[in-house]
Amino acid sequence: MTVNEIKNGIVLDHITAGKGMEIYNLLGLDKLDCQIALIKNALSRKMGKKDIIKIDADIDINTDIIGYVDPDITVNVIKDGKNVEKKTIDLPERLENVLVCKNPRCISATEQELPHIFTLSDRENRVYRCLYCEAQAKD
Amino acid sequence: MRSLIDIATLTVAEIDELIATADDIIANPEKYAHKCAGKKLATLFFEPSTRTRLSFEAAMYELGGNVLGFSEANSSSAAKGESVADTAKTVSCYADIIAMRHPKEGAPLVASMNASIPVINAGDGGHNHPTQTLADLLTIHREKGRFDNLTVGLCGDLKFGRTVHSLITALRRYKGIKFVLISPNELKLPDYVKASLEKEGFPYIETTDLEEVMPELDILYMTRVQQERFFNEEEYLRLKDSYILTPEKLTTAKSDLSILHPLPRVNEISVAIDKDPRACYFKQVLYGKFMRMALILKLLEVE
Repeated sequence: MTVNEIKNGIVLDHITAGKGMEIYNLLGLDKLDCQIALIKNALSRKMGKKDIIKIDADIDINTDIIGYVDPDITVNVIKDGKNVEKKTIDLPERLENVLVCKNPRCISATEQELPHIFTLSDRENRVYRCLYCEAQAKD
Repeated sequence: MRSLIDIATLTVAEIDELIATADDIIANPEKYAHKCAGKKLATLFFEPSTRTRLSFEAAMYELGGNVLGFSEANSSSAAKGESVADTAKTVSCYADIIAMRHPKEGAPLVASMNASIPVINAGDGGHNHPTQTLADLLTIHREKGRFDNLTVGLCGDLKFGRTVHSLITALRRYKGIKFVLISPNELKLPDYVKASLEKEGFPYIETTDLEEVMPELDILYMTRVQQERFFNEEEYLRLKDSYILTPEKLTTAKSDLSILHPLPRVNEISVAIDKDPRACYFKQVLYGKFMRMALILKLLEVE
């Protein structure tokens, strides 16, 4: 299968196989007009198989979302057909409006205008807690 | 400008400083009688709490300040749908400091993020109640003269009991503290709190039998099984009488045991124990007022 190189844009590489669509949806890529390729189960020497997303536009993407879903992803910035920057993503310390607190006693459950903010409380186990009520984030 | 939302945000040195101020207030109340003259405390109580509200009000009056506020959500603009953020911004125009109780967890934090004056969390649902913990700490300090090398029994509702969680947070910073967790299986300390104790190698034991561990305890912190934390009344009725402290159960206790309770009690401590010199829960109420005075002075930066 051949997918053309992109000239100016972003390639999200080393996405854990099967998580590509989740990343696509969380980043809101369906709302973009440019060409986007979502490649599932591409062969990978390092990972066996992986997902890749190629975005043919120079856009800002929310790396916090990527870091939360799959911190092993690499973000490649392409300019004039060349890979000018390769970013590795770390687990974000803070997530804003990525997760929703499911604790019915939390103030964010009542006050709809409040941003949903989670902070990283345990890096080793990738545990996030609600800033307001400290309830653990659940998928 | 600082607020107090969570006891964990106070350093050990700051707690020591608050205790020193409270001790000085107890010894020299007249020195503090006009410290807050011209200052106003707004007590925003979206949930009824006679004890905590009166304690804050008494604290401010004893500092020579004034108090305004409301004692239930129905008499506030929240009943009209006003957000916590807007209430905090509005009250910042009228008062110098806010004490807020709210049934929703995190509401005082939201207030502190929007107010231009200090906010004190006076209890947010089952989450935090830092000034109760300050009262507990002053009581322990005045009774024992120290915070280290104590065996602390926590008994009753350890699942929803916010005072228990906050007290554990505060005491785990001292050396030689051992927690004895006494509760029915349904109301055990949440796993994440236990996991954090284990991670730090903190000693604790978990039991359902109060009498078995009684001889070991230096502090016995009793709690009420709170009806308002249950969605299911049957479960509340089944668990509410799990532990009732009676004079008979105290026969094996140390002679210098200190019995604490955040109050109000329902029936978990027999009134027959009130005259026992080991009962400290009414002193704890008084100490709570002094710690709130010390806290108000600190947050208002009154010398």
